[in-house]
Amino acid sequence: MACITSNTKFCLSVNPAAVDGMSPRTLFDKVWHSHEIVHGEEGGSLLWVDRHFVHEGSFHAFDRLAQRESPVARPDLTFAVADHYVPTRNRSDGIADPEIRSVVDRLYRNTRRHGIRLFGLEDPRQGIVHVLGPEQGLTLPGLLTVCGDSHTSTHGAFGGVAFGIGASEVAHVLATQTLWQRKPRRMRMTITGSLAPGSTAKDIALTWISRLGADGARGYAIEYAGDTVTSLSMEGRMTLCNLSIEGGARCGMVAPDAVTFDYLRGRPWAPSGDAFDRACQAWRALATDAEAEFDREVTLDAGDIVPTVTWGTSPEDALPVDGRLPDPTRARDSATAEHIADALSYMGLRPGQRITDITIDRVFIGSCTNARIEDLEAAASILRGRRSRVPGMVSPGSTLVKRQAEARGLDVVFRSAGLDWVDSGCSMCVAMNGDLLPPGERCASTTNRNFKGRQGPGGRTHLMSPVMVAAAAVTGHLSDVRPLLPDRETA
Amino acid sequence: MTPLLRVEGPACPLGMANVDTDQLIPARFMKTPREQGYGRFLLHDLRFDDRGDPVAGFPLNLPGAQASRILVARRNFGGGSSREAAVYALVDFGIRCVIAPSFGDIFVANAGNNGLLPARVDETDCEDLLERLAGTPREMCVNLETRTITLENLTYTFGIDPGLRHKLMNGWDDIDLTARYGDEIAAFVRRDRRLRPWAEPGAPTEGKR
Repeated sequence: MACITSNTKFCLSVNPAAVDGMSPRTLFDKVWHSHEIVHGEEGGSLLWVDRHFVHEGSFHAFDRLAQRESPVARPDLTFAVADHYVPTRNRSDGIADPEIRSVVDRLYRNTRRHGIRLFGLEDPRQGIVHVLGPEQGLTLPGLLTVCGDSHTSTHGAFGGVAFGIGASEVAHVLATQTLWQRKPRRMRMTITGSLAPGSTAKDIALTWISRLGADGARGYAIEYAGDTVTSLSMEGRMTLCNLSIEGGARCGMVAPDAVTFDYLRGRPWAPSGDAFDRACQAWRALATDAEAEFDREVTLDAGDIVPTVTWGTSPEDALPVDGRLPDPTRARDSATAEHIADALSYMGLRPGQRITDITIDRVFIGSCTNARIEDLEAAASILRGRRSRVPGMVSPGSTLVKRQAEARGLDVVFRSAGLDWVDSGCSMCVAMNGDLLPPGERCASTTNRNFKGRQGPGGRTHLMSPVMVAAAAVTGHLSDVRPLLPDRETA
Repeated sequence: MTPLLRVEGPACPLGMANVDTDQLIPARFMKTPREQGYGRFLLHDLRFDDRGDPVAGFPLNLPGAQASRILVARRNFGGGSSREAAVYALVDFGIRCVIAPSFGDIFVANAGNNGLLPARVDETDCEDLLERLAGTPREMCVNLETRTITLENLTYTFGIDPGLRHKLMNGWDDIDLTARYGDEIAAFVRRDRRLRPWAEPGAPTEGKR
């Protein structure tokens, strides 16, 4: 937010990095302050941006830049990915829809004009921006990462500050490599205990969002902490941070540790050799200090987290799979009653209905939330040797994930189950690229939003983990995955 | 941007919570060049049926609602996707102010960059406004200088981030503002290269895969 109250500049204060170590600080404070160029008197700060990801949808921002005839300040810190509008089938034939083709072409033109590296359709590393960034080692601890996409919160899993921005802000970052922001409050979400087999990072996220609300973390930067979180793989941490925005948070983050460093070592754009070891030392020091204070503390017991699905039209409309649908006549207030009635009507469901009695028409495994290799492995562990009762598709998070999955034979598992194995992109999560859910159809989906029409006009989305989608596929209705789990294997 | 001091005109009640940006503009319309106008896409799938006919009873289809300058909605307005096109749809329709108990963070920033005022009111004031507007849009005045909403002889106060308020009132553009900090940015970059030598990507290595 701009801090200036006249045509002159004042209200400056020194970058607080100079006063490091004065008082105990959180991970978020440390990363934020190391990026603060100007601290404004009205609470807005001018922040340095380390990584800026752009995609086809960023054309509005490039148009703004063109109107001002402004160059891109730091093309070397800007990375472009074709993911939102790309087709996931028959790519070699080109893009049939002229409007979609034009949007993708504009990304090629804009990146060429400004000297920005593009991971385009033909690139063997192409994928969803929030899968590709970490995979390429572009995402690192301690960085400030932005992208014109709300699920940029994913990158916080590495211990950086990462958040989505709008097109005007994208234009601002392109032009200046900086961004005005008001500092969010700090929330620590501590999750302790072991996740039971069948419960995943997705279930943690849906559980906290259902308890706090879709705006429960609005205005906060969340640090996920506790032994449940540190036990998660990087893939699980990314799923957790990815969904921070569905609870309204500005960003989500996890302190970097050995799991983070093991994931990053040897990635193409990560520091290498001695520089990597020195970086790890610096990254370790980012962890929240023992005495640091948060504006809000939330705790969750992993033992309470069971396989969870959404039933309505907001991510907060989530319930344990063995539950029953809410009844608007028993809601706590009239606004809630209206929402429940409206959501049930849109979803074609009845109050009090058992969740496991909801039959589905289709499944979708994909998106920046749950299409990494671990997610595909988990879904395949349920589908192996079984048939899906409904049609569906699997779109890997990146082309590299696709190759990795094929090397492990997962494509055969999905195909044998009767599902389509397609190319990587945002696919049916955004319904702007040709993949969409037909009107009235009900889909069990590993994606992040069950908003009305999100997967296609009139489509009905139930969000859940990859293993839960696989369970729904083999039974044809929303199902508890636990009886289907391979021996004692935690998904 | 044109400075915004007050918004006067018909206020339309949209008694819904969690009006996400996917509702404000469905994704399939975002390919459209902005010059063509986004107003017709606003709340498209709620406003029109499968055949493209207006849904009877939907607030924006009420008599007089086409001229709305102000929307009143319930909590968490503009949550979800970061798409600025949601704000384009509101602004191109003619809306200059949305009144709600809370807004998505990214939506607020996008609103500020397009001269749209997000006015935050108490839940009880919001319910009161919705009740008074029920059934038909009515004339309202939202004053950004005094942070007040006037409906007939009633006055309500609203909240807004002070930085955003100044920006809207002055019609500032952030890129112009930031240009004044060139020296500070350059100094930051010099210092930062020393403090965080790992932060800039070098040439990519062969990698693990």
